[in-house]
Amino acid sequence: MIELDRVTRRFGPMVAVDAVSLTIPTGAFCVLIGSSGAGKSTTLRMINRLIAPSEGTIRVDGQDAASVRPEELRRRMGYVIQSIGLFPHWTVERNIGAVPSLLGWPEARIRQRAGELLTMLKLDPEAVRRKYPHQLSIGQQQRVGIARALAADPDLLLMDEPFGALDPITRDALQAEIARIHGASRKTVVFVTHDMDEALRLATQIAIMDRGRLVQSGAPLELLTAPVNDFVRDFVGREELGMRLLSVEKVAQRFRPGETVPGEPIAVEASLRQALSLMMARGTDRIAVVDAKGRSLGAVHLADLVRR
Amino acid sequence: MTVVRVLRDPLAWSLGAFILLVLFMPALRPLFAALFPELERPLYTQDSFLALSLSHLALVAASSALAAMLGVAGAIFVTRGAGAEFRGLVETLVAMGQSFPPVAVLAIAVPAIGFGAEPALIALTLYGILPVLENTLAGLGAVPRTVRDAARGIGMGEGGILLGVELPLAAPVIIAGIRTSTIINVGTAAIASTVGARTLGSPIIIGLDAANIAYVVQGAILLGLLAVVLDLAFDRLVALTQRWREP
Repeated sequence: MIELDRVTRRFGPMVAVDAVSLTIPTGAFCVLIGSSGAGKSTTLRMINRLIAPSEGTIRVDGQDAASVRPEELRRRMGYVIQSIGLFPHWTVERNIGAVPSLLGWPEARIRQRAGELLTMLKLDPEAVRRKYPHQLSIGQQQRVGIARALAADPDLLLMDEPFGALDPITRDALQAEIARIHGASRKTVVFVTHDMDEALRLATQIAIMDRGRLVQSGAPLELLTAPVNDFVRDFVGREELGMRLLSVEKVAQRFRPGETVPGEPIAVEASLRQALSLMMARGTDRIAVVDAKGRSLGAVHLADLVRR
Repeated sequence: MTVVRVLRDPLAWSLGAFILLVLFMPALRPLFAALFPELERPLYTQDSFLALSLSHLALVAASSALAAMLGVAGAIFVTRGAGAEFRGLVETLVAMGQSFPPVAVLAIAVPAIGFGAEPALIALTLYGILPVLENTLAGLGAVPRTVRDAARGIGMGEGGILLGVELPLAAPVIIAGIRTSTIINVGTAAIASTVGARTLGSPIIIGLDAANIAYVVQGAILLGLLAVVLDLAFDRLVALTQRWREP
């Protein structure tokens, strides 16, 4: 659990982060969102003390972060940045092993761990472990960046616009990857973005920031249905609101069990937005629903999507 | 295969030529006698060319190694927290120093220290610091901010970042500075024989003084070859430090 308690950061006369209090429970996927200059990156970088707070305290699992040596604190947190920042003169394997070797893991264990992570991030370990970062595509480099952050199996993952520089297809794939990793591990993730759709796709908790202040924090659905002010309302999108509401709910929550409908089915884990899109594309108002193994579960109707 | 590669390697060629000439220059006495029939002594014999080469190399190696250490250390100092305020001063000194010809440094060293190898060593070291310092500053400055940020973010300490990330990434530029410094020192060390150091410049200076062109040629050929050998060797070293850049 991470607790920010009235955390302020000033740069000269400018207040970058203004008395932000925020609790991120263990296992949460917390997305800090806001426009440029809202203070979200500064907030993230205060959690691993790359920036020291001017005022306020940050507690990580109950312990005051300021009482730990910064290097030690950072080694317990994975860190992924938009510009990736792989060490260009180190092989992929050595990059991934950076934190484990700082922690003094034996060589064989580091190698094994790098192999595991590459496989988990859908890179072929034998093909890439001896390569240098510049020999990989940007998407592959960011996969290695994520693997480096996960190497020592940290409980907390800090991600600063990690997918901001990627093309839409790669971004989509990596969003799916990080959602899967979060779901399987229950690590706590703090994720900075300015892309609302990315936030809605990934977050269990969204914190909206504006000019250094925390405006609203809550579950995605809560932000969409109960925005505290016009800023939040604008940010979650007035016109886009309906589609975004669909994107935070799953077919699982709305389908009618037992019904059978012909035609290509949709997965029960898909979002309602995907279901609506499929109906539009096929010109139908009902679609069969199957589970992950392809077993028929029922059907979802257009009327089920619209109902609040 | 390897034989072919050695035969094609300019470093191997020039090094081989240098060593053969150093060892067997006396065997070329008939050649120099034929080329310069008017000279009574067509071969420099005051010292062996091996002794001259070794003392020349020792002077260059000592001054360049000292210059490299001081230059790199100085650049590291002014790019860290405590030394940052000296950076402007150091950069100005470097820029001014660079416009000073090395011969002038040598000339100043003599009245200050006296004749012999010591003033030469000091002058060469001082002058050699400048290119190293300048290149180390440039090399450290070119390390991407994002890489440094990532290094701090994953929990590397300042020393670890310097030794593991910054210096290796800056190495090609730093070595280029050491190379400039060393090559300048090879030439300046020759002139240092005017202040009493025994170097490959000795036959040249004595030859010029006594109008003995053969001496000048013998010294100049060895000196030129030595500079070429060192330059090619540095080429090899630079390539080694950036092997990771290969596609």
